[in-house]
Amino acid sequence: MGPNPKMRKEFFDSTRSSPFPDEVLERVLSLLKSHKDRSAVSLVCKDWYNAESWSRAHVFIGNCYSVSPEIVARRFPRVKSVTLKGKPRFSDFNLVPENWGADVHPWLVVFAAKYPFLEELRLKRMAVSDESLEFLAINFPNFKVLSLLSCDGFSTDGLAAIATHCKNLTQLDIQENGIDDKSGSWLSCFPENFTSLEVLNFANLNTDVNFDALERLVSRCKSLKVLKASKSISLEHLQRLLVCAPQLIELGTGSLMPELTACQYAQLENAFSQLKNLSTLSGLWEASAPYLPLLYPACTNLTFLNLSYAFLQSHELESLLCQCPHLRRLWVLDTVGDKGLEAVGSNCPLLEELRVFPADPFDEEVVHGVTEAGFLAVSYGCRRLHYVLYFCRQMTNAAVATIVQNCPDFTHFRLCIMNPGQPDYLTNEPMDEAFGAVVRTCTKLQRLSVSGLLTDLTFEYIGQYAKNLETLSVAFAGSSDRGMQCMLEGCPKLRKLEIRDCPFGNAALLSGLEKYESMRSLWMSACNVTMNGCRLLAREMPRLNVEVMKDDGSDDSQADKVYVYRSVVGPRRDAPPCKWMKQAAVMGHQRIKIHPTMNCHPGPMHPVKVLQKQEAPGHLTCSNLLSSIIRFPISSSYVHELANNGVCLLTCLNDAYILGMAKDLKRESSGAIQTCEHGGGPVVPVLSPTRLLVVPTMKFKPEIGLRSGRTGLRWAGFSKLRNIFVVNAWEHCVSRT
Amino acid sequence: MVYERDLNLEATELRLGLPGTVTEQSSEKQKPNSNATKSNKRSLPDMNGESEVRRENSSVSSNDKKSHSQETAPPIKTQVVGWPPIRSYRKNSLQAKKLEAEAAGLFVKVSMDGAPYLRKIDLKVYKGYPELLEVLEEMFKFKVGEYSEREGYNGSEHVPTYEDKDGDWMLVGDVPWEMFINSCKRLRIMKESEARGLGCAV
Repeated sequence: MGPNPKMRKEFFDSTRSSPFPDEVLERVLSLLKSHKDRSAVSLVCKDWYNAESWSRAHVFIGNCYSVSPEIVARRFPRVKSVTLKGKPRFSDFNLVPENWGADVHPWLVVFAAKYPFLEELRLKRMAVSDESLEFLAINFPNFKVLSLLSCDGFSTDGLAAIATHCKNLTQLDIQENGIDDKSGSWLSCFPENFTSLEVLNFANLNTDVNFDALERLVSRCKSLKVLKASKSISLEHLQRLLVCAPQLIELGTGSLMPELTACQYAQLENAFSQLKNLSTLSGLWEASAPYLPLLYPACTNLTFLNLSYAFLQSHELESLLCQCPHLRRLWVLDTVGDKGLEAVGSNCPLLEELRVFPADPFDEEVVHGVTEAGFLAVSYGCRRLHYVLYFCRQMTNAAVATIVQNCPDFTHFRLCIMNPGQPDYLTNEPMDEAFGAVVRTCTKLQRLSVSGLLTDLTFEYIGQYAKNLETLSVAFAGSSDRGMQCMLEGCPKLRKLEIRDCPFGNAALLSGLEKYESMRSLWMSACNVTMNGCRLLAREMPRLNVEVMKDDGSDDSQADKVYVYRSVVGPRRDAPPCKWMKQAAVMGHQRIKIHPTMNCHPGPMHPVKVLQKQEAPGHLTCSNLLSSIIRFPISSSYVHELANNGVCLLTCLNDAYILGMAKDLKRESSGAIQTCEHGGGPVVPVLSPTRLLVVPTMKFKPEIGLRSGRTGLRWAGFSKLRNIFVVNAWEHCVSRT
Repeated sequence: MVYERDLNLEATELRLGLPGTVTEQSSEKQKPNSNATKSNKRSLPDMNGESEVRRENSSVSSNDKKSHSQETAPPIKTQVVGWPPIRSYRKNSLQAKKLEAEAAGLFVKVSMDGAPYLRKIDLKVYKGYPELLEVLEEMFKFKVGEYSEREGYNGSEHVPTYEDKDGDWMLVGDVPWEMFINSCKRLRIMKESEARGLGCAV
């Protein structure tokens, strides 16, 4: 096509006039459900981008800090359903500090304005407060589906608000949350004329609910398909519920404690036999042998059996499994032992997913649970197995190799040998060959968790063979930086990498520079990464957020926990205050208020404006100030420029430039401001500053920085000091713009 | 400088440290602080566990692989934070269940000389010695031999013993069953050679 604009216009007009108006395009695209497909479609051309944006009804946000709610709302104007994930996965295991963030409220505020007809909200690892739940309940009249998984910060009061106000609610799914379980009265808040509920999962709540209210709710909600009750529901209650809802597809029983009379037993048996459509059975707390047969009549069509809270023995499991010929997913406790798993292998030919949880994970002295024998037995019998989560105390390379020979279709292989760094117990070799076999044989592998004694060889194998791997979890493994390098250089589809307690350092971290923008996130804790390494990473890759969480009492140069993720919105403003700040506040001068977290935004900022804005603490921003001051020595011309604008360089002290507003200061002498070289002493004797701005450089060590001494801030006038503003170089490693 | 005398700089000195700490020189100011924090660190079992395990792990991986064995594991096994990776809800459920079970049953640890791991059994489940011994034989793959009051266990390499409430090691079978389950704290299957001296002397 020539450069002639008229010709180009004609060409495009002619193509556009083909019978494919926008409405049709939108209609076609609205049939696309997968968000990966939709992303691809939106890249075709501008028209398709727009059509896709207008037709997108469901948006999935894997990391709430990768984007802002405003940007989402701007791009997708007609969203009805949102899935939002927050904290890094290791927060499930208490590795993330409590006030880390991922507050859903700012999202709700934007949604209330932009998506008032929002119907579905699914949250995972977000911080949710009762106020947010109430806000949600009140501001979205069409709200239908609420799912909270692994969230925290709310109580049953929030649930009460949802039950009270959401007239169109169809799903309420509350799973494994850090919930303040105050009382079960929330369930009674569903109005008597409320009938739309289809899914109710309150299995993880412990306080008693009003059973009569529950019974009435279940009987009037004729579309109820999923009911997962909590432990507080007894067998007698269960019988009454089942009678009201024989149409259930998924059932979570309450407690199966023995307490029925013969007559009640018969009634319950009858109720279970009415459940013709049951495909999922869970709960089964306190499951005891005499009561398991009650379940048998309901098992014929079961595809998912969740026994992960039932302390069963092998023979009890076997009897139950005989009743479930169509089982595809099975979750058990390791109390069933290898014998129980043999029964799985014999009775579940259609099994696709197996999860074996440890009943007693913290008592290391005692041997119990399952071994490689159980896993082997399952692999011989269940050739369609593709998802496994297996907690065990011993494993061998040979067993794993055989297992993946038997089941080459693994997509998710999560093996947890519970003793960190444990070798093959028969040969005493590392478990490298086991995972080598896994990645070589299972070409469809998407998710892998490794454990046991592992050298860099494991990671060489992973890098070389795991071409479809998206999620990788590594703990107590590896010998050197090379291990991590192999992972980063090798796995083209890697999206989430989480590492703990491995000997990977800065070289390893930085070898992924090219990679991290194509990944959702990287987590590294208790490795050998330092603050300098993090700063370097942040400096080189401005579109990554590099967050460091420090442990109490750790060495200041160590980056204890690092979380790196791509983001289009830059560093977040709601990071918890720097630990160092808290220490400083405990100093002798208690009156001094330390202002935390000043993030750096791109864009020029004159140093005077920085200090003038200090009336609004916490919102201070500076970028050029920081980036220009990170160099030694500060030039005299710059100092004079500062001086002309009322900013006084008070001292350059142990790698921090201490600046103050001249008007705060009173000069004792009329001398000009001296320039100072690195490590210089006090510049001008001044009195009574009320505000100081501390701008740390790369070498700043906070515990030395503000300490007075021979090279310190030796001014009498600190009696009036009220505010110290410190550009936060700790929480966020700032990238230069 | 003139100021130092008059202005009482000591009092207005800005320093970073816990109130009440008095330090002499700048070079030493750091150490008390960092020592304090280091000792804090040591007292945290989680941190301890992590760093211990980490050190163990790195030293192990640098050793010859073949020489690694369970015997070189550190004696203190403190719990590592967040490991094994089990979600809080499940963890809390298990703890609660464990406490319940231990209150309801009579769980005792059973060790055998030469075996690396212990087992745990619930004495309440068994009705008498024959059943218990059968279970132990099955668990540890050994034979108890003939029991007689006079001579203890005859004809086997291993002998079942137990520690009672008073801390004494007794032969399993010497006291009536009821008394046994009420006083047994733990079981140990000893080598025959070590068991001499236990049992009723006639």
